[in-house]
Amino acid sequence: MLADKDRIFTNLYGFHDFGLDAAKGRGDWDGTKDLLAKGQDWIIDQLKESGLRGRGGAGFPTGLKMSFMPKESDGRPSYLVVNADEGEPGTCKDRDIMRHDPHKLVEGCLLGGFAIRADAAYIYIRGEFYREAENLQAAIDQAYDAGLLGKNACGSGYDFDVFVHRGMGAYICGEETALIESLEGKKGQPRLKPPFPANVGVWGCPTTVNNVETIAVIPTILRRGAPWFAGIGRENNTGTKVFCISGHVNNPCNVEEEMGIPLKELIENHAGGVRGGWDNLLAVIPGGSSVPVIPKSICDTVRMDFDSLKDVKSGLGTAAVIVMDKSTDIVKAIARLSAFYKHESCGQCTPCREGTGWMWRVMERLVRGDAQPEEIDMLLDVTYQVEGHTICALGDAAAWPIQGLIRHFRPELEARIAGSSTTQPRAA
Amino acid sequence: MTAENVVQPDSFEFTPESLELAKMHIAKYPEARQASAVMPLLDIAQRQHGGWLPDAAIRYVSDMLDMPYIRVFEVATFYTMYNLKPVGKHFIEVCTTTPCWLRGSDDVLAACKKTLGIGPGETTEDGEFTVVEVECLGACVNAPMLQYDDDYYEDLDAESTTRILNALKSGEKPKPGPQNDRHTSDPLGGPTTLKETA
Repeated sequence: MLADKDRIFTNLYGFHDFGLDAAKGRGDWDGTKDLLAKGQDWIIDQLKESGLRGRGGAGFPTGLKMSFMPKESDGRPSYLVVNADEGEPGTCKDRDIMRHDPHKLVEGCLLGGFAIRADAAYIYIRGEFYREAENLQAAIDQAYDAGLLGKNACGSGYDFDVFVHRGMGAYICGEETALIESLEGKKGQPRLKPPFPANVGVWGCPTTVNNVETIAVIPTILRRGAPWFAGIGRENNTGTKVFCISGHVNNPCNVEEEMGIPLKELIENHAGGVRGGWDNLLAVIPGGSSVPVIPKSICDTVRMDFDSLKDVKSGLGTAAVIVMDKSTDIVKAIARLSAFYKHESCGQCTPCREGTGWMWRVMERLVRGDAQPEEIDMLLDVTYQVEGHTICALGDAAAWPIQGLIRHFRPELEARIAGSSTTQPRAA
Repeated sequence: MTAENVVQPDSFEFTPESLELAKMHIAKYPEARQASAVMPLLDIAQRQHGGWLPDAAIRYVSDMLDMPYIRVFEVATFYTMYNLKPVGKHFIEVCTTTPCWLRGSDDVLAACKKTLGIGPGETTEDGEFTVVEVECLGACVNAPMLQYDDDYYEDLDAESTTRILNALKSGEKPKPGPQNDRHTSDPLGGPTTLKETA
């Protein structure tokens, strides 16, 4: 178990004030000027050495991503865009960072933005997080007043601005190019890549888009050193991670833990265990709604990191652990996610626009057992026709939960069609 | 969300306070990129106009930002937080996505139906309440939950939902956040980490 001294988000639960003085008391904004003085390359090298991988779901190495930004400007400004459009079902970690520890994010914007030679950072926060945006803006205003942002930020000679942009309700804007479109004042429909945002991002300028948690851990990594962060967790899966544990546990919660912690330990130590005991566990969606569900037999031993979950054909995603006990109508639980993706498809690519609705309709029939046995394979085939055939990953995200269901719970689907299911469709 | 059968006002303009706010938002973006302010400006308009966005406001914002009307209309119809028809004085948004459903969002909707007499997508006849079903609001460890105005009400059950709705009916504003003994997203019964500082 991670020791408190190695926890980055020491005000995760908001037991203390989020403001500048309290944040400084927790170590934020300490020696930021000196960190900036070490230069852009030093920061990016530290991030590479730390092994930090993006905390928004894809897990791309952060230092490498930042190194794609141009070192010399061709006259265009560069931007850091922070993805705070947290909306992956099961995920509510960035919310805590922004409402309770916003100075970690604001300082991270300066350090991360400086590393990629950005002129400004735009934090795109989902519109429903109104109170969180208020706290974040208050933290930014405090930082400006204290000379930590703006002209000659922290006395470093570097000018840097941070702005908050509120979304207005669209899951798709969590996709980085849809987010960029939205920031430009358009519908949030993803762009084809290439060109990648590092070359042509917001307003046609070089842009890096990073998740809130990714940016917010940067100051602590730089202060404590890359070897400290790299020493937590496992090789290629380093550092600490904020996990969100929801669903059928006794005490749902957010908690910062070591990467690679066994799933069972995470649930039992922090969330009070599965409702009715570990043996009452049916399945877990381990990384937010987009990743395939895993049955109890895998949950018994699996570790919570990128590679371990990939090995069992699922994913760490956002590290949002959705727990389902044996009372769950698993078909309905996944069908509800199909409804979610149908609702959130932006409509741009035909396989996703039509496929999400088609998959949802079949899933609704499967909930009732109103289907032919061969339709299970037909549904599986359609998920493969959607997956990989769209501009962005929303099509994949709609396909994977269904693939996971068929992979691990085919007998339940067959039993429902045969009318012999022992799991009565019911609310949880 | 179509705007059929809606009585539209003939005109719309920002109050001086709204105009001030709008200018603050426009100034966030680089020169000639004022279209980026379309989302905040539509939000300001909606808040000023009692929670919904009339067509005249969409035209007003397109004029202010020098954008074609259709581009602003696209934005207003794409994002779910813009209401294109009037909503009740109290706008209740109940999350029913899987993490909330697993912990009893059906009970929350049922409590709304029982207390207010309306289901998702409906408005009470006196225009006081609208209930809508929404997708994941990002408070999953405090499920089930609902949003009222700008606040989240979390860790709900039928009883606490009913209590909140009755408080709103009698003109009170109930305390947001978890409706059980939790502080925020910490585990019920106290944190398992950071105990010394908690």
